[in-house]
Amino acid sequence: MIGLPHYLTLAALIFTLSIAGIFLNRRNVILLLMCVELMLLAVNFNFVILSRYLGDISGQVFVFFILTVAAAESAIGLALLVVLFRSRRSVHVEDLDAMKG
Amino acid sequence: MIESVIFYFFGAVLVVAAVGVITARNPVHSAMFLVLSFVTSAFLWMLLEAEFLAIVLVLVYVGAVMVLFLFVIMMLDVDLERLKGGFTRYAPLGFAMVAVVVAMLGALVWSRTAEMSAIEAPPRAEAGYSNTEALGAVLYTDYVYPFELAAVILLVAIVAAITLTIRRRPGLKVQDVARQVAVRSRDRVRIVRMEAEKDE
Repeated sequence: MIGLPHYLTLAALIFTLSIAGIFLNRRNVILLLMCVELMLLAVNFNFVILSRYLGDISGQVFVFFILTVAAAESAIGLALLVVLFRSRRSVHVEDLDAMKG
Repeated sequence: MIESVIFYFFGAVLVVAAVGVITARNPVHSAMFLVLSFVTSAFLWMLLEAEFLAIVLVLVYVGAVMVLFLFVIMMLDVDLERLKGGFTRYAPLGFAMVAVVVAMLGALVWSRTAEMSAIEAPPRAEAGYSNTEALGAVLYTDYVYPFELAAVILLVAIVAAITLTIRRRPGLKVQDVARQVAVRSRDRVRIVRMEAEKDE
């Protein structure tokens, strides 16, 4: 029988994989944005799981708002990326060192 | 029984797709794996009786956000050769971070398996129940101000994305309608009085 621990383990697994992805792919900004999307998916997964198991629909309302903000975030992030590529001709993280970080 | 089969099948596909997102060398393949993980998550969300959000995930994420990602990946000329190469110098730190996160989440989830298994899901809703209706009933009453705020956030995102990417090229011939309408005849035509030339 599938219970709460199974679902939470799956969500934790996706979250951990996305963290690993951010550290593995520190070359390409697009891949970093995609890993952030995967991370948001894992968080939304937790909200949906606990909304079901605690019988409270507020969790799904939160997922709705997170999806809205994530869509806005990725639109602005990709716009920034396009502007960055126009000025620097590159989306590599190593080339974006103008602020000496 | 059938729930277990659906959970394990789509869960396995989801994990494989997530691994594909972070290990694929080609960004287009990564985006496709991300689409796969969103679709399988939508199936699992349906299993959790969040039907409206499952459809929204497919429509908004796969239909809009991932298409935007693919557009940007294909517009930018990413050189794949430089992306190959081994791990970055942050890889050991990354693995340490991942180990810490695994330890924390594992301690949280697996040490309390018995307690969590004791939480039974409420019984399945009957056939006439509408998840969309239930969500809307809460969204337009208790959460109406956050809902309007979300609309404003989307508007800000539209304005920001357009103002960031708009390109004003010098020397481009464009109409300026206001100036066209405001023009007067004496700005355009100048009557010059001059003596007629005589043929000798």
